Amino acid sequence: MTGTILITIACLVALGLLFAVVLYFVAQKFKVEEDPRIATVESILPGANCGGCGQAGCHAFAENVVKAPSMEGFFCPVGGNPVMAKVAEALGRAVEESAPKVAVVRCNGTLASRPRTNVYDGYASCKVMASLYSGDTGCKFGCLGKGDCEAACKFDAIHVDPEKGVAVVDENKCTACGACVKACPKSIIELRPKGFKNRRVTVLCVNKDKGALTRKACTAGCIGCGKCAKTCPFGAITVENNVAYIDFTKCKLCRKCVEVCPTHAINEVNFPPKPVIAKPNEENV
Amino acid sequence: MKKTFRIGGVHPHDNKISAEAAIEIFPAIETAYVSMAQHLGAPATPVVAVGDHVKVGQVIAEPAGFISGFVHSPVSGTVKSIGPRADIAGNLVPHVEITVEGDEWMEDIDRSDTVVKDIPFTPEEIIEKVKKAGVVGLGGASFPTHVKLAPPKDKKAECVILNGTECEPYLTSDDRIMRERPREILIGGAIMMKALGVTRGYVGIEENKPAAIASMTEAAREFPQIEVVVLKKRYPQGGEKQLIDAVIRRQVPSGALPIDTGAVVQNVGTSLAVYEAVQKNKPLIDNVITVTGGCLPVQHNYKVRIGTPMSKILEVAGGVPEKAAKVISGGPMMGRAIANLDAATVKANGAILVLTEAETRRKPESNCIRCAKCASACPMGLEPWLLNKLSRAGGRFDELEKERVFDCIECGCCSFTCPAQIPLVDMIRISKAEVMKIMRSRPKK
Repeated sequence: MTGTILITIACLVALGLLFAVVLYFVAQKFKVEEDPRIATVESILPGANCGGCGQAGCHAFAENVVKAPSMEGFFCPVGGNPVMAKVAEALGRAVEESAPKVAVVRCNGTLASRPRTNVYDGYASCKVMASLYSGDTGCKFGCLGKGDCEAACKFDAIHVDPEKGVAVVDENKCTACGACVKACPKSIIELRPKGFKNRRVTVLCVNKDKGALTRKACTAGCIGCGKCAKTCPFGAITVENNVAYIDFTKCKLCRKCVEVCPTHAINEVNFPPKPVIAKPNEENV
Repeated sequence: MKKTFRIGGVHPHDNKISAEAAIEIFPAIETAYVSMAQHLGAPATPVVAVGDHVKVGQVIAEPAGFISGFVHSPVSGTVKSIGPRADIAGNLVPHVEITVEGDEWMEDIDRSDTVVKDIPFTPEEIIEKVKKAGVVGLGGASFPTHVKLAPPKDKKAECVILNGTECEPYLTSDDRIMRERPREILIGGAIMMKALGVTRGYVGIEENKPAAIASMTEAAREFPQIEVVVLKKRYPQGGEKQLIDAVIRRQVPSGALPIDTGAVVQNVGTSLAVYEAVQKNKPLIDNVITVTGGCLPVQHNYKVRIGTPMSKILEVAGGVPEKAAKVISGGPMMGRAIANLDAATVKANGAILVLTEAETRRKPESNCIRCAKCASACPMGLEPWLLNKLSRAGGRFDELEKERVFDCIECGCCSFTCPAQIPLVDMIRISKAEVMKIMRSRPKK
């Protein structure tokens, strides 16, 4: 009995050694030379394989960036500037700074401001819903709130707020990989620079209907009145197809547009609270 | 043995509860909202202005392209406005709003009941008349009929198949017209056969409509070249490709058109519209709509002028009961829930179905158990479970194309049969749209 066991073990060990030797020589013979820098770069990258950079994954990014003559066109949105600086250093190239971005959901049609006109009881997916009809509100451009973006996000950074009924981005977690931008069938989400001290001014509406129709559907929608465009001292706002858009490269964060917008469709974030200016009171005069 | 198609199919309960309700003429309406997008293809261009007086049957819009169609006024009165209005899905579509005044018809329309059997027109004249009357396929897809009657030169039509299967549960409008106006339908069929230059015609009717089969068979004695084919009850027998297979035993190859088998399929409702257009000069201004549902006290088959708001039809039919949860345009298998009840009817509307919460409740989805029921139910020989998987993975359009996602007819057999309640047809529909877009964007060889 013991003999059988010993013979078996001996045979297996012998076979194992034999194959190890064969494999060793085969590996030597058919060795594929890979640029060692690819492995270095890959180890620096976050390894999320999110595809936010436009490449198939982190390995593909490393491969292509090593092959490329410069850093131009390569940016890892997840790692941001620090990671890109390390990559540039490892490759001995000049660093190219890029402004960090964040996903912005351009719809403020909350349950309160955008009344529901019907109940959708189909499969809970924005894509399926959008393929069937215009949506459960009077606005056919806005957020459907079924969470395709939430499912696409690998960083737990975007969620459909059950109280608001629209998707909300957690800007601390968002890496601007762009997965939600691709997942949204209504193309509401946009990647915008985080801005100075994370301060941003954005039009939170993409409704292309005429003002009267927009107003009927949603109290927070852009009616395309053009007041903001007239007010903007920097020419950063354009009104096209009945909806205003702020060009972030021109916007100087003066917030004049926020004040004039009649429907409060222009939203400001991360600004300090405004100092309360004491209005002259008639009784005190 | 009764015929049927050879691949897939399911047997939903037919629920034809409105089958005994004779067609009633719907009472006059106050305002008609006529959609400019009542046909497949480009929306028609309005040719009337606000304030114009129009008569019943007057052209109010002309086709804007090859695949497009004429639209006629279904009522007489004054054009009140022209502009966007929400359709049943809530999408804004150009409409012409007409305030009804009296019921004055165009003089050249023959409104008598006499059945005109002789066809004194040439094929070209027939096609022109059908085109001018704005006739579209009334089976659901609303493909312009005149385009179907003039197949490309290299294709040869061999027979006309009239589709009287009405395989969707609940619907009875085709059943009623086959019972009440069989001769007109068959003359319509004969007109289309003349237009196509063919000598063989069939009428496919499912076995659950014995009265329609009897009346059509009786009427068909006058038409030796048209044969009434009784088919087994099976969904989706009314699909063009399935009907061709069931009636003449030819299968349409993947990617080919039905005309490649030599068959031209037309709905019996379309056939009636062709008869009226050619023999009576009456354009397509009304259609028969079934108003049904288990929760309604009375079911109806109404002859409704196009442009009547759905809410008006439901109101006249006795109102929407308290327990109703969903109103569907069309049948329960392929129909769409109506998001906007104020939307007006279009040419291809065949039914308004009111369902209760219990009837429409969606059961929770669970995991695929690889039972392959969907694969055996698919009438196009596809593998819905695989298409669903690829569709959910995202971006795998090359594989979806290889699995022939573009062949899907969206009949819903897969979702109907799935024991895990997976929304197969929904997932396939979205990727089908994507793949078709990619295929169309490719340069043609």
